[in-house]
Amino acid sequence: MSTKPLAPRLIDPTILLPATKAAFVKLDPRQLVRNPVIFVTEVVAAMVTLFFVRDLVSAGGSPLFSGQIAAWLWFTVLFATFAEAVAEGRGKAQADFLRRTKSELTAHRLLSPEGRETKEIAASMLKVGDVVLVEAGELIPGDGEVVEGVASVNESAITGESAPVIREAGGDRSAVTGGTQVLSDWIKVRITTAPGSTFVDRMIALIEGAQRQKTPNEIALSILLSGLTLIFLIAVVTLWGLAGYSATVLSVTVLAALLVTLIPTTIGGLLSAIGIAGMDRLVRFNVIATSGRAVEAAGDVDTLLLDKTGTITFGNRMASDFLPVPGVTETELADAALLASLADETPEGRSIVALATGEFGRPVPAAQMDAVVPFAAETRLSGVDHAGRRLRKGAVDAVLKFAGLSDDKVVAEFRQAVDRIARTGGTPLAVADGPRLLGVIHLKDIVKPGIKERFAALRSMGIRTVMVTGDNPITAAAIASEAGVDDFLAEATPEDKLAYIRKEQAGGRLIAMCGDGTNDAPALAQADVGVAMQTGTQAAREAANMVDLDSSPTKLIEIVEIGKQLLMTRGSLTTFSIANDVAKYFAIIPALFVATYPALGALNVMGLASPQSAILSAVIFNALIIVALIPLALKGVTYRPVGAAALLRRNLLVYGLGGLVLPFLGIKLIDVIVSTLVLV
Amino acid sequence: MLLPVAALVAIIFVAMGLPQTFNASVEATTLEGAKQTIALGPVASQEAIKQLGTNGGGFFNTNAAHPFENPTALSNYLNIFAMLSLSTALLYTFGQLVGNRRQGWAFIAVTFAFLIMGVGVVYWAEAAGNPILTALGLDPALGNMEGKEVRFGQAMTALYAVVTTGLSDGGVNGMHGSFTGLGGLVPMFLIQLGEVLPGGVGSGLYGMVVFAVLAVFVAGLMVGRTPELLGKKIESREMKYAMFAVLVLPAAILGFTAVSAVLPSAVASVGTPGPHGLSEILYAFTSAAGNNGSAFGGLTGNTPWYNTTLGVAMLLGRFAYAVPVLAIAGSIAAKTRVPASKGTFPTDTPLFVGLLIGIILILGGLQFFPALALGPIIEHFAMLSGQTF
Repeated sequence: MSTKPLAPRLIDPTILLPATKAAFVKLDPRQLVRNPVIFVTEVVAAMVTLFFVRDLVSAGGSPLFSGQIAAWLWFTVLFATFAEAVAEGRGKAQADFLRRTKSELTAHRLLSPEGRETKEIAASMLKVGDVVLVEAGELIPGDGEVVEGVASVNESAITGESAPVIREAGGDRSAVTGGTQVLSDWIKVRITTAPGSTFVDRMIALIEGAQRQKTPNEIALSILLSGLTLIFLIAVVTLWGLAGYSATVLSVTVLAALLVTLIPTTIGGLLSAIGIAGMDRLVRFNVIATSGRAVEAAGDVDTLLLDKTGTITFGNRMASDFLPVPGVTETELADAALLASLADETPEGRSIVALATGEFGRPVPAAQMDAVVPFAAETRLSGVDHAGRRLRKGAVDAVLKFAGLSDDKVVAEFRQAVDRIARTGGTPLAVADGPRLLGVIHLKDIVKPGIKERFAALRSMGIRTVMVTGDNPITAAAIASEAGVDDFLAEATPEDKLAYIRKEQAGGRLIAMCGDGTNDAPALAQADVGVAMQTGTQAAREAANMVDLDSSPTKLIEIVEIGKQLLMTRGSLTTFSIANDVAKYFAIIPALFVATYPALGALNVMGLASPQSAILSAVIFNALIIVALIPLALKGVTYRPVGAAALLRRNLLVYGLGGLVLPFLGIKLIDVIVSTLVLV
Repeated sequence: MLLPVAALVAIIFVAMGLPQTFNASVEATTLEGAKQTIALGPVASQEAIKQLGTNGGGFFNTNAAHPFENPTALSNYLNIFAMLSLSTALLYTFGQLVGNRRQGWAFIAVTFAFLIMGVGVVYWAEAAGNPILTALGLDPALGNMEGKEVRFGQAMTALYAVVTTGLSDGGVNGMHGSFTGLGGLVPMFLIQLGEVLPGGVGSGLYGMVVFAVLAVFVAGLMVGRTPELLGKKIESREMKYAMFAVLVLPAAILGFTAVSAVLPSAVASVGTPGPHGLSEILYAFTSAAGNNGSAFGGLTGNTPWYNTTLGVAMLLGRFAYAVPVLAIAGSIAAKTRVPASKGTFPTDTPLFVGLLIGIILILGGLQFFPALALGPIIEHFAMLSGQTF
């Protein structure tokens, strides 16, 4: 059962209606000044509106023309604010769902941490350091740390995972999140985050306008866009003088139209929507980022530090092969191992059954067992008695002892097989039928299926993967080569991790890692992108700049892709926006001067109906393209892990060439409509 | 390097017939028996250093159109070769210095793609000639010979004009103002791009680097990483300086041109009425801001207004541009180099060469298209429709 909200549909009235209202509120110049391109558009729109009013009251003007230009300039601004509002609305819908879980909570604050006497206060009144008592059935009032007691907690509101988890004082499982429910027993929780700055609140703040700060790349891009705006301002203002030389008087309205179509309104209008949508996508992957900067850094990551257990391998050892001694067939050994493991419910036992029935295709015997010998710490073997056979499997020396064989009586092939397995980091399990030694089962850490392909994909993206493990170097090397990671860190201590990250960073690389333990915290803080597991300790979650609510270590790969997608969407729309200008020149410049120089009509390659309809069409296209691109800004440009050169080729073709060609078609089409309707 | 090469080139020039003497002039008796004073001087050595140093200032007023500066087709080629040699070598040096020779070659490829395109357009426009004159009975096969030396013709004049404006040389072997509309547009546009093709000796290469910074920033994002050039991250500070640098040329060129175009006293200096007059003003400020030195003859530039404003344009075009570029260099030098990987945006491939050409063309074109449309572009279309000014 998942309680995760689905990705909101693009056309969702519950988002679009408030967004329309918000779009008007955002017209406030004090707010809009943060976005220079759109701010300039607003100023110009206001100016043209004045000229429209003048045209209305004085004779000689063309109020129909200036009125329509003014209207479409206002639409341009509105579409831009609308794009931002829609992105915020979608993000808020996501955040509201999380927030709902934590509103209207009451807390039982302990008068003294040792006692059981409590006072009921609103959760929002809690302070850092307060200790609260949470009993079965109650919601935990805020993020904190268990200081006393053990309880099972339902964290599905945050993680979408319905299975309860154990939270207890001390160790790595002491962190609890506000809004989650205690199912059994009781715990005392020391509040570690003031209400209003919990992860959920922080994320809501990142999505909603108030605290949203521009990320470094967003700032750099804004500078580029402002610079381009200035350049076009120069080009348009000087055009007035140049036209004066040619005895052409250009009206403010047409110059304003030219300016707004030239400045990069498309990317300027969609820039913040792209950023918000990136955060939103992350939330939908159940990752909460505590800064927009981290999302951007994710796109730049050069090296991923991945824990072996749980990320690269399943974590428990599984049977991978049967190695019989001479005189015994593989089938015979598989059958014996299968029988011996049928009653074994440990993961190893089940993996032996799976291997024998799966890869070796052995049928499951239906026969009744005479006796089941469970695994015990003293005997270190398990098995069954069946139809007079005494089948046992277990640690090599234990099985040899059971079979009554001394070391020197064992065949060399058996010895070699055991050594080989141990050398590659596996665990050998011997199998015997009474006194007869049958062979060895190779148990090993199984690399997750598909992980090698993902690492290959990462490599083609230019990202190195480094496996971190506590195993000895031999075992680590074996698994590293099987999983296809680029490097590994064996017998790694937290200090080793930190040192490795520092070393890589000194070489100019950006590092991403995930971790959950308190001892991971320094490395998480040092990494450029640190993802803490929701199940991890408070320390780890504080040190990281992202928290994965699903606690899935492979999430790092998705996070990197989301970061890349965010940057790609920005770049593609910027390219598109600049490329659009070429067509707009061809629409507007001949329209401005064809009266003075009829020969310039040759530049009217689109064959636009009249100068006025040409200018109006360019302005309308410029406004509508913002709306048309909102879905792309929200969804993001598709990312494929194919390497930079191939990506560039594809995106240049689509957004560069497309950006050159599309407006020629679009403006022509609008011109046909405008001139058919005789709007000007 | 410059001195020995200049000495060598000077000797070759002497062998080609350029005078090299300390005599100021020589007296000659013409066929009619009249006395003629022919100016002389150390022309060969001056010519060598003028081209190698991409200065462009001629020994004679008509510059390399003068038979003593540029007597033959062969000396014409040596002129062009001398202009291009050191400045192109500097692109290669750039690649060498940044530890990636392919980067240097990429810039060289961009440069020559532009120069070849430019020569193509100018030659085509000039060789096609003027349909108005054709209608008057002139042989169209001759093309437009106005302002050109018969010994060079359209092809060699086109080559010289494009190279001298592609970089900041400014020497001429024909009169750019007498070119056809499109033929005159190309040299003007090349200067407006910042004379980055391939840039002059001493300054110019940085313009190409600024374009590369911009190209990398816009397109680099498209590969899903924050942009890098030569392993250095391009961030807001570099962007700020780059945009400042890019603003200088349109501000100086378009700003002064627009004011001059409406100032009656400044318009009075124009030699030809109509769009060509606007081209003259535009070319003057373009050439000054670019420190090129070539001119669209016809404009009387020796007035207080033009002397002052052209001087300021020159100052802005060189120093207001160089300061932010130096700031970029300082900022980039302080950064750690990011090792390249498959995810890194490649800046030394044919794809990047194409991209850089596109960015230079679009960014440059977008800035100056309106002004050019009112000058040379109108001239071109007016000529086609039989209208002269």
